[in-house]
Amino acid sequence: MGNNIRLLINNISVVYSDVIQVLKGVSLTIKKGQVVSLLGSNGAGKTTTLKAISGLLKPENGKVTEGSIEYDGEQVQNSSPEQITRKGIIQVLEGRQEFKYLTVEENLRVGTATRWGKSFQKDLELVYSYFPALLARKKSLAGYCSGGELQMLVIGRALMAHPRLLLLDEPSLGLAPLLVKEIFRIIRRINQEQGTTLMVVEQNANMALQIAHHGYVMENGKIVMESNAEDLRENPDVKEFYLGTAASGALKSYKEVKAYKRRKRWL
Amino acid sequence: MDFFLQLLVNGISLGFLYSLSALGFVMIFKSSSVLNFAHGELLAIGAFMFLVLSLWANLPIVLAFALTLIGSFTLGFIIERFFLRPLIGEALIQVIMLTLGISYMFKGLLLFVFGGDIHDFPDFLPEGLALKWGAVELPSVYVATFIIGIIFLIIFGFFFKYSSQGIYMRSVADNQPAALSLGVNVRRVFAFSWAIAALVAAMSGIVLGIVKGINVHELSSIGLKVFPVVILGGLDSIGGAILGGLIIGLLETFTGGYVSTSLREIIPFIVLVLILMVRPYGLFGLVEIERV
Repeated sequence: MGNNIRLLINNISVVYSDVIQVLKGVSLTIKKGQVVSLLGSNGAGKTTTLKAISGLLKPENGKVTEGSIEYDGEQVQNSSPEQITRKGIIQVLEGRQEFKYLTVEENLRVGTATRWGKSFQKDLELVYSYFPALLARKKSLAGYCSGGELQMLVIGRALMAHPRLLLLDEPSLGLAPLLVKEIFRIIRRINQEQGTTLMVVEQNANMALQIAHHGYVMENGKIVMESNAEDLRENPDVKEFYLGTAASGALKSYKEVKAYKRRKRWL
Repeated sequence: MDFFLQLLVNGISLGFLYSLSALGFVMIFKSSSVLNFAHGELLAIGAFMFLVLSLWANLPIVLAFALTLIGSFTLGFIIERFFLRPLIGEALIQVIMLTLGISYMFKGLLLFVFGGDIHDFPDFLPEGLALKWGAVELPSVYVATFIIGIIFLIIFGFFFKYSSQGIYMRSVADNQPAALSLGVNVRRVFAFSWAIAALVAAMSGIVLGIVKGINVHELSSIGLKVFPVVILGGLDSIGGAILGGLIIGLLETFTGGYVSTSLREIIPFIVLVLILMVRPYGLFGLVEIERV
């Protein structure tokens, strides 16, 4: 134990506006250099978990009320986003959140905010080498880019900040299957070539488990299952609820009432 | 014809002054969505600061001008740090009420120190600056305004287009949550926009002071005139503020010249009401990029 752990979340609860409890005792561990996937249905608390790590709960009036988040051995729960991003944790928000009225290159330059005044030319080249599509569009307004280009843009923008832990919230959202494959291939390359530790929140469990080393499944603000990625892919429950295939491998049938009972066991 | 041309020149000169006055107002609105009711007082403070430094302390004009700009830049920082920062996260209406409070506080302080009389700057601009085409004249103070104003516009254009801090400021105006997620120091951006706004306000305050005489009431009422200018131009558009200023300036001088001088002061507000009825987002407001 100890120094090969990048992030250790120990039994955290998160409450919004002092009354709405969203996370009820979540614990997870991310080792250095790993890709960890966090799966779960809508409203399970995946995004809240990411925001608890990145400090973005604060502007939404949310708070970690119990437990601790340790990043490289240092407690960071409830720190401000400015402090947390300067330690190297960068979150890529869900739904692409580009700066519409800035050009592609200006968007990328905002990624240098954590190290204002340092040179960034090398980083731009690195991002363009991962995402050649962005190079062609560097002078156009981000508001006029396609969904695929924007997803590349926001991941590239986060890379500009030299992240040591990159949190990706639903990178596949609203993209064509081929693009999803492409994006995930690049995410894997970033992990392997830059050694960036990654946490990927996904609904597309299939893609997420292909690039992950380790996976967690969330339901109703709790972790209900964790395992290494291969085991999760083979797990019959995960297959049925998240990969869309029944235990036998055939497409899931609506009539299988039994599924309801099995699902309930998790809650 | 000469009369028309003279009015045109006067209108553009006056309008350019309004544009400069409105710039700082737009900057604060763009970055933090705050309507700054204390803008007129920032103008007045700039003018009085210059008066004290140049006339009373007898500093050389250029030095006094530079010190005034530095002083008001600092004042902007101080206002943001002590008055606005504690309210980050509170409802917008409270912040706007706060700027109204600041405006009365500053106005009271200025009246207490300088009284309500008109103070005059000494004539320090060289006569040679004035331009003359036939019967049409452009006094030296307006020529100086154009030169200084255009230099500032170019500097600000470069600052926002190419410098990192300028790009961070635009990113906050564009999408604050995303800017936060990348570690943009939002408080520093707010502080910078107040500081820059105060600086531009001081600059236009000095020029307005030269043109109209320095008077607390006169200058702080410009803060109200900024509203028709920015609403005409669209609250969030720098280019719109410049155009809006020119239009209001022209309207004022032409109304004064051809219709009636008593209508002159009201016409901007009549236009304001008409524009709000027809185009609530202003003539040149940001064209929303919609994704379908």
